[in-house]
Parts: sequence; C-alpha cells; structure tokens
Amino acid sequence: MAAPKKGRRSPGAHGHPGRALAVILVALAALVGGMFLSGNTKPRLGIDLAGGTEITLTAKSTPGQQNAVNPTNMDTAKNIIQQRVNGVGVSEATAQVQGSNNIIVDIPKGTNTEQAVKLVGTTAQLYFRPVLTEAAGTPASAPSPSSSPSPSSSPSASSGAKAHSGSSAKPSASPSPSSTTQGRAVTGALKSSASSSPSPSPSPSAGSSGLDLSIPANLQSQFNALDCSNAAQRANAGEGARPGDKTIGCSQDGKTKYVLGAAAVAGKDVSKAQAVYDTQTGAGWIVTLNFDGTGSKQFTDVTGELAKQQSPNNQFAIVLDNQVVSSPEVSSAITGGSAQISGNFTQQSAEDLANVLSYGALPLTFNTSDVTTVTPQLGGQQLQGGLVAGAVGLVIVVLYLLAYYRGLSFVAVVSLMVSAALTYSIMSVLGPAIGFALDLPAVSGAIVAIGITADSFIVYFERIRDELRHGRSLAPAVARAWPRARRTVLVSDFVSFLAAAVLFFFSVGKVQGFAFTLGLTTLLDVVVVFLFTKPLMTILAQRKFYASGHPWSGLDPKSLGVQAPLRRVRRSARPEVKEA
Amino acid sequence: MSRLGNLSHRLHRGEISVDFVGKRKYWYGFSILVTIVAIVGLAVNGLNKSIDFSGGAVFTTPSTSISVSDAQSKTESVAGTGHDVVVQKLGTGGLRIQISGLDESTAAPIQQKLATDLGMPTNSINPQVVGPTWGAEITQKAEYGLGVFMVLVVVYLAIAFEWRMALAALVALIHDITITVGVYAIVGFEVSPGTVMGLLTILGYSLYDTVVVFDGLKETTKGITAQSRYTYSELANRSLNQTLVRSINTSVVALLPVSALLFIGGGMLGAGMLNDIALALFVGLTAGAYSSIFIATPIVAGFKERTPEMAALRKRVLAKRAAAARGEQESQDAEAEASESALEEADGEPVDAAAATAGVGGQRRQPASRNRGRGRPSGKRR
Repeated sequence: MAAPKKGRRSPGAHGHPGRALAVILVALAALVGGMFLSGNTKPRLGIDLAGGTEITLTAKSTPGQQNAVNPTNMDTAKNIIQQRVNGVGVSEATAQVQGSNNIIVDIPKGTNTEQAVKLVGTTAQLYFRPVLTEAAGTPASAPSPSSSPSPSSSPSASSGAKAHSGSSAKPSASPSPSSTTQGRAVTGALKSSASSSPSPSPSPSAGSSGLDLSIPANLQSQFNALDCSNAAQRANAGEGARPGDKTIGCSQDGKTKYVLGAAAVAGKDVSKAQAVYDTQTGAGWIVTLNFDGTGSKQFTDVTGELAKQQSPNNQFAIVLDNQVVSSPEVSSAITGGSAQISGNFTQQSAEDLANVLSYGALPLTFNTSDVTTVTPQLGGQQLQGGLVAGAVGLVIVVLYLLAYYRGLSFVAVVSLMVSAALTYSIMSVLGPAIGFALDLPAVSGAIVAIGITADSFIVYFERIRDELRHGRSLAPAVARAWPRARRTVLVSDFVSFLAAAVLFFFSVGKVQGFAFTLGLTTLLDVVVVFLFTKPLMTILAQRKFYASGHPWSGLDPKSLGVQAPLRRVRRSARPEVKEA
Repeated sequence: MSRLGNLSHRLHRGEISVDFVGKRKYWYGFSILVTIVAIVGLAVNGLNKSIDFSGGAVFTTPSTSISVSDAQSKTESVAGTGHDVVVQKLGTGGLRIQISGLDESTAAPIQQKLATDLGMPTNSINPQVVGPTWGAEITQKAEYGLGVFMVLVVVYLAIAFEWRMALAALVALIHDITITVGVYAIVGFEVSPGTVMGLLTILGYSLYDTVVVFDGLKETTKGITAQSRYTYSELANRSLNQTLVRSINTSVVALLPVSALLFIGGGMLGAGMLNDIALALFVGLTAGAYSSIFIATPIVAGFKERTPEMAALRKRVLAKRAAAARGEQESQDAEAEASESALEEADGEPVDAAAATAGVGGQRRQPASRNRGRGRPSGKRR
C-alpha cells in the first residue's frame, strides 16, 4: 500500500476470478465457523452499550520525573489496577492502557462497582515516611479539635481509602538540603496543639540518631500555611515530592498535618498485606504487613531509629497519594519483616488498605479524568440507536446505489454484505483476544465505514463506465478499468487507513474504538474489492444480463450516453456525437 | 438517474464542462471569504466548549415526565450556588443534567439528592464525572495527532504524486478544518472530545476525496509535455470534469451514512458522542467535497503553471493556437480548429475551459496520423 504502482500493462483480469472468490469465501466461512466454535458469536459490548462503569485515568508527569510515564510503568500500573479491582470481587473488569498516558478501567454492571471505583480512584503511590512534626490540620492560629488522643501506641489517624481527585498540579515541595535549626522551636510550639498522645517510651536525644529531623525553612512555611480542612489543599499537599524529599502532608480526615521525612520504605516492598480481625487484644480490624527482603531490612532500620525518638518523631506515616493514611508510633525496632497497622479501621477500610498495600503502589500518579456510569437500560437504548442508525445508513446507501447503478448495485450490495460479515466475525473472534469491545464510537465507526467501502465500488464502477463510453464491450471494459480503479482504491484507502492509525495512536478513551473500526474496515475494504468485487464483476461481465447492457444492468450504453461503437465514432465528425 | 449518467457521459466527453480551474480566483475568493468569516466567528463567539473542558458531572436520567424547567430549578437548588446547571430533554424522553464544578466525591451525594427530588431510583441515573483537564488533554493529543498526520500525509502524497499536490492537499485540509471550526463557532454547536475526534476523522475523508481527484489528474496529465495542444490548467479542468460525477457520488455515499447517524442516532439519543462525531464529520465532509474540487486541483494547476516546463508548454500551446487561427481555412480538421479558434477568441482569458475541454473531446477523435501517438494525455490507450 505504498506509492501507487505505475499502471501495469497486464490488467490481471484474465486471472482466476473463481479462485479469488473461493479464497475469500473460505476465509469468511472459517471466520464464521471459528466464531461459533469459540462461542464468541457476538462482539463483546462496551460499557456504554452493555451498562457498567468506565473510568479513565490519566498519568500525571511529576516534576523531576518526566520519563516516569513510559510504557513499562503504564503497564505495571495497569496490572496493579486490574488486580485491585479484581481483588474486591469485581469479575470481568478490564484495565487497558490507551495512548501514552491513559488507563481505561471498565467495570461491568452488577458487581461491586462503587467500591471498585473508589479503589481505582485512590490507587496511587505508597511510602512509609518518618514523621518530623505534626500539628492540627488548620493553620496554627486556629485551635482545632484534636483527633482521638489515645494512650496506646495505636495510630490516631483515621484510615480507609477515600476517593479523592488530585486536580490542578501545584508543585510545592522542592526542599533544599540545607538544614536549619529554626524549625525546632516552631515544632515545639505547634506540638501543644498536636493530636498525638505522649509517648510512653523514653528515647535518647534526637541528635544522636541517624535520622535527619531537620525541617527546611521553606517546607516549614508551607507547613504553617497548610490548611488540611480544605479538600483541595489536602489533595495537593506535598504534590510532586520525590521519595527522597522531605515533604508535607495531611491526614485523610484533614484533622492533622505533618512534615514528613524522606521515604524509608516504598510500598512496592510490601510483599503481602491482610486485613485481620484482632480478637486477642480487642483492637478490632487491623492490617498485617509482610515485607520483602529489602523492605524488611529497611523497615527494621527505620523502626529502630524511630523507637529512639520522642513523640511525635517516633511515628512513621503510611503515606498514600501524599495523604497520611495512618501514623502509628513505634516503641521498638520491628524486626522479622512483618508489622501490623491498627487504627480505627472498619472491616471495609482495613480490607481496602490491605488491598492497596498487597497489590503494591502504582509507579505513577493518576488523575481521574472521566468516570461514566451507564445503566443497562441506557446502554440498551444506545445500542438500539446505533443499530437503527446503521440500518438506515445502509439502506439509503443501497437505495442510492440501486437508483444510480441499477444492476451493478447488486455487486456493490453483495460486496457490502461480505464486508459486513467479515467485520462482524473479526470483531467477534478477535475482540476478546485483543481487548476490543464494541462501544458506541465503534458502532459509529462501522456506520461511517459503509461510505468508505461503497466509495471503492463507485470508483471501480465509474471506471468501467468510462471504458464503456469508449465503446468497449463489457468484458474488456471490466478488465481495463481494474488497474486504474485498483490504484485509486489503494491510494485513497491508504490515506484513510493512515488517518485511522494516527487517530488510534493519538486518541484517548472511547475514540480508539472508532479508529480501530475505521482502520479495520478500510483494510477489509481492500481485501473485499480485490478478492470479491473484482472477481465477481469479471464473472458477471460474462452474463448476458450485464454483457448485453440490459437497461436495468446499469451498464446500458444508451443510458451511459454512448451512441454507437467507438470505432465508428472515431472516424466520424464531432456533431454526430454531440447528439448524445 | 440515467439523466445523471448521461450528464456523466457528457462531462466525460467534454460536451459540457464547468470551468473549475479557470475561474479559480472566484473559488479562492469565496473560500477566503468563508475562512475569514470562520476566523472572525471564532474570535468573536469562541467555541462552546462542553463540560469535558471545565470539569463537572453529567447525569442522564431515564424517561421522565418532569419538564426541563422544573428539573432545572430542582437541580439548581440541589447543586447550590456556584455551579452552572444545564438541563436538556433527550430523544429517549430522559433528561441530560449537566452540573459544572463537581468532582467524584461531590457528585455522588448530588446524584442521590437529585434522584430524590426527581422521584426516581438513584441507580437509574447515569452519572458521568469529568475531570477539569480531560477535554484539554484530548485536544492536546488531537493537535499532536493532527501534526503527525499532516506530516505523514504530505510525505506520502509527495511520494505517491508530487510535492505540489501534497501541498495543495494540505491547503485543502487546513481549509476544511478552519471552516468546520468556524461553523462550530458561529452556530454555537457544543465542542466535546467527540467533536475533536470527528475533526480528526475528517482528515482522512477530506483527503480521500482529494486523492481520488488527484489520481485522475495525474493520469490525465501524463505525458503532457509531449503535446502542445493543451495547457496544464486545461487538462486539469478536463480531468476534474471527467471525475466530477465520481467525486459527487463518493461524497454523497460517504455523507449518507453520516447523516443517518446524525439525524437518527443523534435524534434518538440526544446529545452524546455519536452525535458529536457525526456532526463534525457532516460539516467537515461537506467542506472536504467542496475543497477537493474547487480548491485543491486549482492550486495544483496554479503551482504547475509556474514550473518552466508548463510555462513553456503554455507558450507553445498559445503560439500554436494563434497560428492555427491564422491558417484556419486550410485546416482539414474543422472541428478541432473550431475549438482552437474559440480558445483564440477568448485570448483575454486563455483558460476558457469550456472551449478547451470541448477541444479535448474532439481531440480524442483525431486521426491517428495527426496525433502521432503522442498526444494522449489520458493514457487511455496504453
């Protein structure tokens, strides 16, 4: 399908029309047979036709990590999201990478949709960070109710994966490595309103520890200004911070704000997490963690250091999406690569957290760009609308062809039918294999493609008629018209395919279905024209109905304006021809 | 319809002919005017961007007897201040309620309240929540895709045809897109991600037409320098006339399913992606059909006439016609001479294609000796 070939001398018309027809009919039979054998007799319907929820996630590029949004990371993120959604018992949910930075999650109706949507929405980056300081969630001037001061060493922060959407990117933290001592005094001052309980564990002075507890001045001022009761500020706090940076963050309930140290353990080092109901201590729902080798060692080290600190520095924060899910205090080094998180968990929130922890952190941060839920009723209506539009479009195209091309339109209609059958069976058979689902845009792509397919026939028919106008009889006309029609069809279909391919690779969301259908039908158009329309035309050209130029054949020389065989016309003077 | 077939024949023969290339200044003028109107419309009106560009929620309800104004006031009270509310009635009898500035967490409670107020079950309402950057992102990708497509297509057409045709196709493409965007701005159709994608699809279609026309043009003008009877513009015009019916047919057949999609799918389902894609396609296809005939080919002819070979050809043709006019009586081929003298008379506007194509029609019937096997620009008898 590259550059059009220079018109060849051999029109290829004397080939074996029957053979080509046999090839395509066998292929069609095989596809349809495969369709029934594999049981995929219908294309998989998309969410907008079958009902369900579709979520479009867009990866955010983080400052300093421009290359993070790459196919490998997107694929990892996709797999994790898929596992998480399936982890809450949603079957048949699919996650797909589309374009360079989008993941589409389709959740069919009737399953645990709401919870899955929440999970997908919150799936983000998880880190364990030491707490450098904490304060009530609103700026220091406003005294706020502290959250559940408890004498135990359990975390005070609430937990549970709460859906939130990070909106406009506001890169805030770019902490300088230079440490100041200024922060300490402020910390002390703020601590009076802090929510956490006094730690029972005595600890040596901070200075001797291996932890860097200093707080850069700019981070301190950001921290002072941070208002965690504001949802937008809460979502954006600490945005853009790299794992190695110190950062600020809010608890998920917005009641506490933190300055956090560099990430000590990354969420990907958690090998397993489980929600457990703790009957022994009466702590209620807890989440147990197991770390892998790296995580285990890091966790031992950091908890060892943290245990030496005084409150609030003896806490480590579990930071999910830059929000602090939980900030348990550590009283001794936790060895052995396992730990528990206890808190005010409900069964739901404990399971959600465990789910997020065990399937790992996503390598990327995502914005939720679009969440669409379609009821099966609306889906049915849309499917019906698409089918009616397709049927009407097909009928008026056929009527137009019939009116203009008469008998020739038989060839066009049969070719359209072959094309439609091929498209349908390929969608059905290949659909599950390549993750194709017939959605509304795909249906409209198929309808639009009727025009493209019919256009190829028109190009060929007009060529044949041109040849007839030159006084040729039908069989040679059909043979001679082919090489030129072929070239035009190839060139124009190539351009059409190029547009579909570009659309496919640069589109997001639902439009990919449209582009896919358009590209598929364009390819099939070439196949059908070459292997079906042309051979059929060659065979029909030998039939009396067409060859004799029956008035209803669409090839009647009279209605084409040809008056007499060309040979005579060529010799005659022009006025004779003008009578036409 | 056979009358159209007849028309097709006469166009093919050159018995009737529309002067597309010769009157190109008019078409250019018309197109420039339309383009200016489009740009002014865009500057003054701006585009009516859908909620996908600002973020918010769209709720689609099942069929209901609640009136639009009723639903509007109810929704406004539910949504509270600071949210724009748009309520539309759908072809299905349902309502499409659009509320700006909602995100996932705020949309769910509003959906519940809305369901209570409108007296329908919460889960019968179809919510769609769009982030504020979604539309912009789609547009950005579309622009990127547009750029890539233009480069690829220009390269391809330059290889398959030649760079002048590639450039002309590009101009026609930009023309189509500008006009489509202008129509959106002036009429105030809503621009959604579906529209943006429909716009991208126009590219393929607009070029499909152009390529079909160029293919005929390339064939007709093959071996053009070997004759001295017709200028490039005349042959280009003849080619256009010959493929006119084909172009019209392909455009009509492409438009028919799109209009079915627009009027039936859109009418039944109301606003939605289907409608948006179809509308953009409809407007763009129409502009594309026009531009491939009235803009692309005349531009190619204009480019070509500037090349030294074509300018030389033009000189030869004109000189020959002048000579032929002087020796008119001696000519043994009265018909051909007649057309040439017609051309000669119209010297002020030499590209009088009506006459020229008439001449071309006659030319094919010249005795072979006169042509010496060279003057067959159509290449029909290879």
